[in-house]
Amino acid sequence: MKKIIFLFFLFFTCLLFSEDILFEVNDIPNDDGSALQLRWNASNISAEKIVIERKDNGGKPTFVLETDKSTGEFVDGTEISTGIEYSYKLTAYNENNEILATANSVTFSKAQWFNFKKLSLLIMSLIMIISIVYYIYSARSGKELYIRKIAGLESMDESVGRATEMGRPILFIPGTLDLDDMQTIAGLTLLGRLAQKAAEYEADIIVPVCRSMVLSTAKEVVKEAYLKAGRPDAYKPDSVFYLTDDQFGFVAGVDGIIIREKPAANFFLGAFYAESLILAETGFSSGAIQTAGTAMPSQLPFFVVACDYTLIGEELFAASAYLSKEPHQLGSLKGQDMGKAVFVIALVIGIILEISGIHFLKDFLTIH
Amino acid sequence: MKRKIPLVITFIVGIVVIISEFIPHKPFGRISGELENWYLIIAGFAIILGQMNLFKVNLFKIRYKQKNWQFYIITLISFIIMVSCGLFWGTENNPGLFGNAESITSVVGSKPFDYLFDNIYQHLQATMFSLLAFFIASAAYRAFIARTLESNLLLIAAILVMLGNTSLGSSLTCWLPENLKFLHLPNISSFIMKFPTTAGQRAIMIGAGLGIIGSSLRIILGIERSYLGGE
Repeated sequence: MKKIIFLFFLFFTCLLFSEDILFEVNDIPNDDGSALQLRWNASNISAEKIVIERKDNGGKPTFVLETDKSTGEFVDGTEISTGIEYSYKLTAYNENNEILATANSVTFSKAQWFNFKKLSLLIMSLIMIISIVYYIYSARSGKELYIRKIAGLESMDESVGRATEMGRPILFIPGTLDLDDMQTIAGLTLLGRLAQKAAEYEADIIVPVCRSMVLSTAKEVVKEAYLKAGRPDAYKPDSVFYLTDDQFGFVAGVDGIIIREKPAANFFLGAFYAESLILAETGFSSGAIQTAGTAMPSQLPFFVVACDYTLIGEELFAASAYLSKEPHQLGSLKGQDMGKAVFVIALVIGIILEISGIHFLKDFLTIH
Repeated sequence: MKRKIPLVITFIVGIVVIISEFIPHKPFGRISGELENWYLIIAGFAIILGQMNLFKVNLFKIRYKQKNWQFYIITLISFIIMVSCGLFWGTENNPGLFGNAESITSVVGSKPFDYLFDNIYQHLQATMFSLLAFFIASAAYRAFIARTLESNLLLIAAILVMLGNTSLGSSLTCWLPENLKFLHLPNISSFIMKFPTTAGQRAIMIGAGLGIIGSSLRIILGIERSYLGGE
């Protein structure tokens, strides 16, 4: 009889306290349905340990989490699939490892077709795309477009001419990052134009690279440029070569080339880190005419100081289009500038709104 | 055809990756990650290509006794030694083809590859990095020569930042009263670094970011083809 009374008491106690536990499992919005968000609050019953288990489609319970936090959140992303009913059970224990309360929650996970957190990014991208496409068509229809002069690019012919006159090679470094970096691709597009120019002027070009993927791409770019210049015979396959993946090993190799070969013109176009100044200063001491370009803000001051011409940030990406002088390429540059103007306006409005205590624009533009 | 196929692949992949940024639903949500894995696999194989190129170029220079050909012998010997040590006796906890080189480890204290890495390679790397200090001094000397208004401004800003980061700078202005605390050199230095410098850097970053979008679009739409060797 005592046992029955005790069990009865325990049952009612559990029932009473289970109402005090807040336990909810929800689908995470804007994701691919591969995770569920768990939230619990068992602070009212002073739980010492929380254990959460999961059952899917009536299968065996699987352990999800054990924690000593009576309040918390957890993202369950292990083997969650869309369209399956998941049943979660939370059990709260006291310090003697006795069950204080339990709570259940059932939910489905759903995959979304649009990530609303990135709505602002989509709008910004669309502005840029529309602006670029509009100006490309404007340029194709014969509209005159003004693009400001970029000294570093205007001097490219001068550098190649100088190398030809002096009978010395041109050194080109497409940065120290791999092909998945846009700066490296921008550097390689410029390499194509420079190699073509070098082929026309009959100047030698040396391209040491520090990534294997860049090696194969740079080889193709230079080969095609010589072919296009009508000088396939002048192409030297060993003019593009791999040194090392190591940052300072690469610097040592390039510095050695600068000292030994004494190139008449050095081009450092791509992504650079601490090696930027070592390369540029060695090039400066060899008396070469130097053009650098990078989007790494921390390395730009070094290049500005040590090089004759520096392409700052976006100028590196605009270089290829600028040099081509083709209307549709220049149109894309103009479109890019218009997109930038829109962002500047948004920025100014955002600053004014923030000062006024209105935060909706900042919140909207923030990508979580 | 040789040009068109890469352009079509670039266009399709570019569009799919852009779309996958906004659509988390399968299969779009995982395309970007899968493509990154493909890239890593290709890059892994490309490493062999790089090593082969290094070997071939250096061997060619030695064979035809080109200028400074002796240096290339050192490169090749170093290359062969490091590859052999790693391949035969492994690195750190990974065994090589001939095991863990216990006998060598008992004498030198670590595996041959690790020994060479720690005692030669790392020191050479540190040597190259330390050159930066001297190059900064020589570059700063040229940059700080007062010639124009801009270079004067640069010089003044540089002096303030440098002094503000030293104990001398702090002691020079420590006598300033509380209401003129903003003129304290460390405060001026921190102001310059926090506001004008950060503003300038962010402007460059925003510009570069937009430039990347523009360049990417030109490549995806096939307007920019110079990376394929054509206009």
